Amino acid sequence: MNLDVKTETLSNETKMFVSGEIDAHTASQLKEALMPLVEQPESSVTVDLRGVDYIDSTGLGIFVGALKSTDQNNGRLRLVSLNERVKRLFSITGLDEVIDIEERRESAGK
Amino acid sequence: MTDYEECIEMKVPARPEYVGVVRLTVSGVANRVGYTYDEIEDIKVAIAEACTNVVDHAYNDEGLISLQFLVHDQFVEFKIADDGKNVDVEELKKYRGPIKPGEPIQQLSEGGLGLFLIETLMDDVEIKKDKGVAIVMKKYFQKDGVAHGANGIEAETINKHQ
Repeated sequence: MNLDVKTETLSNETKMFVSGEIDAHTASQLKEALMPLVEQPESSVTVDLRGVDYIDSTGLGIFVGALKSTDQNNGRLRLVSLNERVKRLFSITGLDEVIDIEERRESAGK
Repeated sequence: MTDYEECIEMKVPARPEYVGVVRLTVSGVANRVGYTYDEIEDIKVAIAEACTNVVDHAYNDEGLISLQFLVHDQFVEFKIADDGKNVDVEELKKYRGPIKPGEPIQQLSEGGLGLFLIETLMDDVEIKKDKGVAIVMKKYFQKDGVAHGANGIEAETINKHQ
């Protein structure tokens, strides 16, 4: 029931690695880390959700907020490596239509 | 409606740090009564969303979330209740739904997804205003890969004929 957020700044983009569970309790931690990045003009932010095995509507809401911010600041937000469960919630809510999402490719034979 | 077979009850403080505790407990109970992996994951999300609603809206100060899981033959009834007095149920019902494709990004709502998720992931959802608010959700067992009462009607009928 913890969340771990690490950021890596490259020359042209920022990568954020998130692991743990994103819920009402941990969402503020994600928000505090993510918002300053997406509020910068023309930022390019990639959030790697490989280590996230649970997300709820609070977490989904934070990504909506982040998307709005990049949209306003001519930036770019991309989510990568979502596991199936997490991807499913983005699909059910229709968020996968508005946010740039690249899901994890499950290895063959799994 | 036939009587339930088992009842699991708990009360936790209406604070965000307990939503995860509820999730773990629900996962254990759902596993015990025989739901599939995917059903358990759906139930976890739905129950957690209901708890988060209580945490965010029900109380000005301290309060409790009351949980009751009634295990029936073909479904479990999950009841999440509070005794706060601050929620306008009609307002809650009005403000929900998925993101519609083509909606301008700046107009997207950051909230309102919780109730929508609950209604999508569970088979039958009722919101009752009593002392506080109670959300009662049913999830049917999909034994043998057959979705008994996935529409909430079929299994109801089966029950009555037993």
